Amino acid sequence: MPQVSHSKHALAALAIAIPCIVFWTIGLPAMAVSTRALPAQSVEDRMVTDNPPGRRGGEIAVALRSDPKTLNPALAEDATSRDIIYCMNADLIHINRKTQETESALAKSWSVSHDGKTYTLQLRRGLRFSDGKPFNADDVIFTFKVYLDEKIHSPERDLLIVGGKPISVQKIDDYTVQFRLAQPYAAAERLFDGMPILPKHLLEDAYKNGTFSKAWSISMPPKQFAGLGPFRLKEYVPGQRIVLERNPYYWKVDGKGNQLPYLDEIVFLFVPSEDAQVIRFQAGDTDILSSFSAQNFAVLQGAQAAKGYHLYDLGPGLEYNFLFFNMNDLTTKNLPQIARKQAWFQDVRFRQAVSAAIDREGIVRLVYDGRATPLWSQVTPGNKRWVDLALPHPPRSLALARGLLKSAGFSWKGDGTLMDARGNPVEFSILTSSSNAERTKMATIIQNDLSQLGMNVHVVSLDFGAMVDRLLNSFDYEAAVMGIASGDTDPTSEMNVWLSSGGTHLWHLNESKPATPWEAEMDRLMNEQLITLNYERRKRLYDQVQQIVEQNLPVICLASPDILAGAKDRVGNFDPAILDPYALWNVEELYVH
Amino acid sequence: MKRQRKLWVAVILLAGFHGLVLCAGFFAPYSFSAQDRELPFAPPTRIHFFDAQGKFHARPFVYGLKDNPAIFGAYETDSAAIYPVHFFVQGARYKIAGLFPSHLHLFGVGAPGRIFALGSDAYGRDQFTRFLYGGQISLAAGWIAATLSVLLGIIIGSLAGFYGGWIDDVLMRGGELFLALPWLYLLFAVRAALPLQIAQWEVFLLLVAVIGLIGWARPARLIRGAVLSAKERNFVTAARAFGASDFYLLRRHVLPQTYGILLTQMTILIPQYILAEVTLTFLGLGVGEPMPSWGSLLASLQQYYVLSSYWWMFVPAVLLIPVFLAYYIAADALQERLKSVPL
Repeated sequence: MPQVSHSKHALAALAIAIPCIVFWTIGLPAMAVSTRALPAQSVEDRMVTDNPPGRRGGEIAVALRSDPKTLNPALAEDATSRDIIYCMNADLIHINRKTQETESALAKSWSVSHDGKTYTLQLRRGLRFSDGKPFNADDVIFTFKVYLDEKIHSPERDLLIVGGKPISVQKIDDYTVQFRLAQPYAAAERLFDGMPILPKHLLEDAYKNGTFSKAWSISMPPKQFAGLGPFRLKEYVPGQRIVLERNPYYWKVDGKGNQLPYLDEIVFLFVPSEDAQVIRFQAGDTDILSSFSAQNFAVLQGAQAAKGYHLYDLGPGLEYNFLFFNMNDLTTKNLPQIARKQAWFQDVRFRQAVSAAIDREGIVRLVYDGRATPLWSQVTPGNKRWVDLALPHPPRSLALARGLLKSAGFSWKGDGTLMDARGNPVEFSILTSSSNAERTKMATIIQNDLSQLGMNVHVVSLDFGAMVDRLLNSFDYEAAVMGIASGDTDPTSEMNVWLSSGGTHLWHLNESKPATPWEAEMDRLMNEQLITLNYERRKRLYDQVQQIVEQNLPVICLASPDILAGAKDRVGNFDPAILDPYALWNVEELYVH
Repeated sequence: MKRQRKLWVAVILLAGFHGLVLCAGFFAPYSFSAQDRELPFAPPTRIHFFDAQGKFHARPFVYGLKDNPAIFGAYETDSAAIYPVHFFVQGARYKIAGLFPSHLHLFGVGAPGRIFALGSDAYGRDQFTRFLYGGQISLAAGWIAATLSVLLGIIIGSLAGFYGGWIDDVLMRGGELFLALPWLYLLFAVRAALPLQIAQWEVFLLLVAVIGLIGWARPARLIRGAVLSAKERNFVTAARAFGASDFYLLRRHVLPQTYGILLTQMTILIPQYILAEVTLTFLGLGVGEPMPSWGSLLASLQQYYVLSSYWWMFVPAVLLIPVFLAYYIAADALQERLKSVPL
């Protein structure tokens, strides 16, 4: 009937018109407001950066090795998850990756008590999370409650145990928090870097319900995430890409008063292998390339100017590769052949002879195309603040090696085979991970070098899981080539390696007490530098640790690869550093020409 | 007689390859593990007869190499450094047949010159030398595994074919099980379970034995077929009537019918097992460094920068083709002979 259809049409028209009116009058202006810089926060509490100012807008694409496993900062362990979390979150005190020193972040300023055990932090006022909700001390208290909770099993928890006791946090007022440590701790400020502040308003319910471990898994819709970092989650397509967009509430401005970040979006593509990442960078799919080998650097170098990108060789990073021998206590294990060979491994002259025979320059040239530094102790020249420059760097000398072996009771048969004092030929195997081509190459070079001393060395390459099992559990190995890359320059990040009770004290695990006088001395020095607040005194202590390592050779250090990075010319303010994340540490300052 | 010629061509080619590989020590100028750390990834050395001034040298020579300052990692020839190629020179020590030491090499140049016929690898080792020595491992793997497969195949196939019935069923179903096995994963598991003290050659023999023992099913089937048809022949029935035992029948009358098939099977299986060894070593399961095998020569190609920058690393892969071709020509010729021989 005509009247009904009329009213039907009218209803339909209204149904269309009203949302349109609402959208055009209220919604659109609201969206415009949210993408403009907010004037609400007082300027003095926003951080002013000193980077060259850039242009607002644009997007860049970066490759990652795999999908992230989680976006929950309290649970993330793998590198990909941590890289993305870095862009979405902020910490109280941040380590500037270029200067390698601490700088204020969410904490505007802080003071230390006289006894060095209490840190009082003043938070910036008027800041908001990426969903617009305000940030204050309640979020900080909540965050550290989560990190310290044993039931959550956060990997951050171990880092917050000082002097055997977890640090305690108190709220003084809405913008002041106080941290108490059980003992003075030299690297206390550096503790806060990499501990993102979680939003209490979004996660408290999950924490109270006991469902925290499921919170912020990658399958959650973007609206449920919020952080204080320069970017927030926009979209995640499993197996393909994750897209971050600008956080409109970000608290940093550049010298001209422009709010950071400059970029509208960052797209992370999942590209599983290094070679595939190099190919895609060459093809123009990605704008930034980091963590690639020296050989790929050579491949890319030729076409630099023509293809519109620039490569950077930043010199040695913090990674050190080394050869070490099995000096574990094997009395409870049934490994008689290895136990017999430990008589050689435990003689420091044997280790010194091996070290004297290794061609470190050859390793630098053949394994890293010359883009590496030979090492004689664990601190690389990239760590300018802590490296002991006075350490001797003896050149390769087979004559010295032979002399050391002779004094240790070894001798040579007619055909050149090395024999020990009991008449057994010196023969052992070096374990490497089959997935790491560089370390396998180093082992092959070492095999060739030691054959010139008459040692019969085999290189055995196993998959990473099987190798780690032998190194940490079954102790069924003779020698191995491994590498450690510290996350930070400070010696405290290496405590677990050099303390005799440490979990990565690889050559002799599970020591109830130090097995040798020099290990006891290292324990004393490492524990003392932990609580020494004066830098010069700490440096002298840590220098002594480096000297002990160089003389007693628990690990025979080989080389440290250079940090390599590359970016398209269109990326502005690209300033890679030798600390992780190498290329994106200043992601809020990057822009597109 | 085209058939005859085909077979002879194949046999001569194969004899040539195997001779070259067996006498690797003589034909190769260096030892397979000698590294020259100044010359990683050097391109194949060019032989010259005319030098930079245009003068003719009766004895061929090579130039020295020095680093190219313009391109990082590349080399340029040093025209001032002339190294004549000598024949029947004294060089690195090797053992003929593993027993008699010798120093004689077919050709070589004086140090510090290098003659890299197929270029050098990441450690500056001569690829031509490593190809020849690698052939020893790869061809040995092929022959040993093929022999094991065929031996096991004869035993099981002839038993199945001769007796028939439930023996035949059980054995053939068992064969199908072996055909379906994912042998690659089995080998990874075997390798990971072995203790570290085992010598590399022992590991290698073990892996080759495993491949060979797994692969008996196909030859067994074929032998079974031949035995099935042979045992129905009149002379077999007659011999049985005269009181011949099963073993006598098999040995004297039945198995000789299968020799043609056996030979053909061997010539087909050997290249298959060489390829299996290449695959194993490519994936990291073969003999360890510094012993080369054709698989380890190809393994470096897994990395992008090798594929794109150093073309000579591909040559071992290309050289496999004539080797396999010779085997297949031989197999083909043998097949044709089989067909033409009246049974």
